[in-house]
Amino acid sequence: MSDHTPSTVPSQGDGHGAQVATMHEADPIADPGVHPHQWRPTDVDERAAKRAERQVASLFGLSAVFAILFCVAYFTLEIGDNHDTFLGMGASTVALGTSFGAALLLIGVGIIQWARKLMGDQEIVEMRHPAHSTDEDRDKVLADLKTGIEESGIVRRTLVRNSLLGAVGMLGLPAVVLLRDLGPTPGQVVGEYEGAGLEHTLWTEGMRVVRDVVGTPIKASDLEVGDLVNAEPAAIFETDEHGEHLIEGVELQIAKSKAALILLRMEPDDITPGRGRENWTVDGIVAYSKICTHVGCPISLNERTTHHLLCPCHQSTFDLADSGRVVFGPAARALPQLPLAVDEEGYLVAQSDFTEPVGPSYWERG
Amino acid sequence: MRLLNRSAGRLSQHRRGPLAGLVVLLLGLLLTGGLYTVLAPAQAQKAESDAELVAKGRELFLVGCSFCHGQNGEGISTARPGYQIGPSLVGVGAAAVDFQVGTGRMPMAQPGAQVPRKEVQYSEEEIAALAAYVASLGPGPAIPSEQDYSLEGLSEEEREEAVVRGGQIFLTNCTACHNFDGSGGAMPQGGYAPQVRGVEPKYIYEAMLTGPQAMDNFTNGNLSPEMKRDVIAYLQSLETTPEYGGFGMGGIGPVAEGLFAWLVGIGSLVGFAVWIAAHTTRTSKDKVEA
Repeated sequence: MSDHTPSTVPSQGDGHGAQVATMHEADPIADPGVHPHQWRPTDVDERAAKRAERQVASLFGLSAVFAILFCVAYFTLEIGDNHDTFLGMGASTVALGTSFGAALLLIGVGIIQWARKLMGDQEIVEMRHPAHSTDEDRDKVLADLKTGIEESGIVRRTLVRNSLLGAVGMLGLPAVVLLRDLGPTPGQVVGEYEGAGLEHTLWTEGMRVVRDVVGTPIKASDLEVGDLVNAEPAAIFETDEHGEHLIEGVELQIAKSKAALILLRMEPDDITPGRGRENWTVDGIVAYSKICTHVGCPISLNERTTHHLLCPCHQSTFDLADSGRVVFGPAARALPQLPLAVDEEGYLVAQSDFTEPVGPSYWERG
Repeated sequence: MRLLNRSAGRLSQHRRGPLAGLVVLLLGLLLTGGLYTVLAPAQAQKAESDAELVAKGRELFLVGCSFCHGQNGEGISTARPGYQIGPSLVGVGAAAVDFQVGTGRMPMAQPGAQVPRKEVQYSEEEIAALAAYVASLGPGPAIPSEQDYSLEGLSEEEREEAVVRGGQIFLTNCTACHNFDGSGGAMPQGGYAPQVRGVEPKYIYEAMLTGPQAMDNFTNGNLSPEMKRDVIAYLQSLETTPEYGGFGMGGIGPVAEGLFAWLVGIGSLVGFAVWIAAHTTRTSKDKVEA
């Protein structure tokens, strides 16, 4: 009887006391088991079930109607010019969107209604079973494998084995050849003409700095403190006597993206010139590559008050008053600075190309 | 004619009366004064009212602005070098005042990462007076007139060209911070670039001229007045450009739009599913096995 042992709970009947006590010790919180199942109206009432069936069927039917409406709208409503017939949106856009959306949604709603009203929903308990196979199965697989190796003769016939190893090894070659093209080759780093390749841009000594888009040269005296200009080299906009651009197509896009410049004028006293860069600025006008040194996004989110240039892709931040030093973010290198000068007419020109490759790091730069 | 003759005759009878001289004198003075007010050189009068405006602006400035900007607009620095309570207003020009006060950014409600646009605190005359006073402190950009940014007088073709050129300039110089659709965007340290779509052309022009808060300047030596006009024309064309694809969500950008689809779209579907699962009716009756 359980009354004699204080650790047991009062049992319900004779003979169960000991069992309850042991269970109590092994499992301090007894498994409450599954709640008694509560039936739904559709389970106990055939008429309710019929009604639910009709509901589901009409949802599916309505979906079919919307699918047809989509086709009707597609062929009847005008596409294009009448872009604000309904709530500021095109009738065609709205009709196609709502009809196709409704067709999909109604199938979904129908299935959900079917599941919650008609499909069986009794709670069941499924016990876990061991994940590994039985020992017999394991032994049999190992034995089969052994027989297979024996019968193939891979151990005995060394010529077959070694030639196979050689063939598979050779498959690595195509992979190496393909992978080689993913990174810059030494040829791409240097480039076959001036301004090509990763190491160089179009900037040369005496090349004028011009405004992007409009291509007008910039006089140093035009800019006031706080001005920011998105600039390009003059060669981008050069034309021959027929008005044809000298650089065109893909070549133009590549040249433009590499040579893009952020030009700004700040208080000369704010600038901390880098070593050897003391004469790279003109009256507080500084120029940096516009291409982030992290993964090459174009940057021009500048804060005039702090001279911080923020890259919108990964928040690398560069201090343009301090040689483009990285002050925050994943970029590993400072922004390359372009040495500036003025020509005899007072326009801004480059002293030379960038002294280091612009854009993200690549393997040869380590 | 007879009536005129008769009245002239009657008037003539009084020409030697005791008050005749006085009346003629008064009439003469009135005529001279009236003619002077109509025909007088406008300069003299304007100079006087300019001085009055500056004086009125200074009074307003001393009450509303001098606490941060100093009693003569010289700015007030804090003990920490490089930091200031309010910057110097010498040389910021009338355009800066018209922008800052006209959009309600100044007077500032509280210091912070960004001064937001809010309800305008001063009347138009008061803003003009403040602008005149600050402009008198040092040379700076003036308030642009409507001719500076309107496309009036251009042919349809020239207008289209202006919009296209303005779009290219906008996408090169402004999009980085203000978004391709002019919807604005986040900036470092809690700041943001405000929405520029739907902002009055005058304020956009003034913002480019003066570079409010952390914005860079786009002075006339940087972007010419025509280029500024074109940028404004492009921004205005954005407002009338229809959303061909339906609901555009204000062009907030791909990341924000994707986030919206994930959070609101998929979130509402998940919420719907949870709601369905929680609302299955149960009955107390037991199933009768057939």
